[in-house]
Amino acid sequence: MELLVFSILAGLVLAGALGVILARNPVYSALGLLLGLSAVAGLFVVLWAEFLAVVQLMVYAGGVLVLFLFVIMLVDLEQRGLDTDAGRIGPQPSAGWRIAAAMLGILFTAFVGALLLQEPARQVPGAAALEEVLRGGGAAGALGNLEHVGQLLYTSYLVPFELASVLLLVAMIGAVVLAHRER
Amino acid sequence: MLELHHVLLVSVAMLGIGTIGMLVRRNAIVMFMSVELVLNAGNLNFIAFSRFLPDPVGQVFSVFVIVIAAAEVAVGLAIVLALYRNRDTVMVDEAARMKW
Repeated sequence: MELLVFSILAGLVLAGALGVILARNPVYSALGLLLGLSAVAGLFVVLWAEFLAVVQLMVYAGGVLVLFLFVIMLVDLEQRGLDTDAGRIGPQPSAGWRIAAAMLGILFTAFVGALLLQEPARQVPGAAALEEVLRGGGAAGALGNLEHVGQLLYTSYLVPFELASVLLLVAMIGAVVLAHRER
Repeated sequence: MLELHHVLLVSVAMLGIGTIGMLVRRNAIVMFMSVELVLNAGNLNFIAFSRFLPDPVGQVFSVFVIVIAAAEVAVGLAIVLALYRNRDTVMVDEAARMKW
């Protein structure tokens, strides 16, 4: 059952990701991104990270996607953004280079696939004990517990957390300065 | 039964698609979307290891990844807007004045 849900969501993720890079119109790319990122949020639920799933939906579907669409609307008034010849950068490579690149790509894919398809180690040492601790409450979702993540975030990782907020402030000011129209 | 390597396969496929998108597309906005795909593949890896190790620290780190991704999109799209305003294009190969 878990595997079935995972497979459906994984298919949606890959379909969305392919849609991003294959669509001619940037608006369709943005919609593909929406599909892919929402399916990733579903995968987070399957992987016991419910809080992250909600954050993913709010930040990406609610924020980043709207920002992308706004910029596309601002920029593509006369359909300038249409990639009529996606993939052509500079002079065309010769046939030899193309074959070499395809071979390298296939080789790399086969290598990574073979590594991943190997029988994985069943258990990481010490994992069973830790799992028992994490499931102490008896709830299967103890790992995705907001309380758990929040406690870590505000104790062990307080300094990176504050630094992240400073980074967001800097990014906000930078974006305003860059996008500001000078009069 | 869901295993770690199933998630890693999805994650590596997403990373590959994102990388191809960054290399192949000329529209700067779509290139930024590909960067988002790559960052999400990394995020998925964090969550997968956090689920199977199991260790909640992975989830804390993916919160940081989401923060970085949001900051990157804000600044990047502002740069795209400035580029469009100055050059009237968002195609990266038409903004090649500094190309060697």
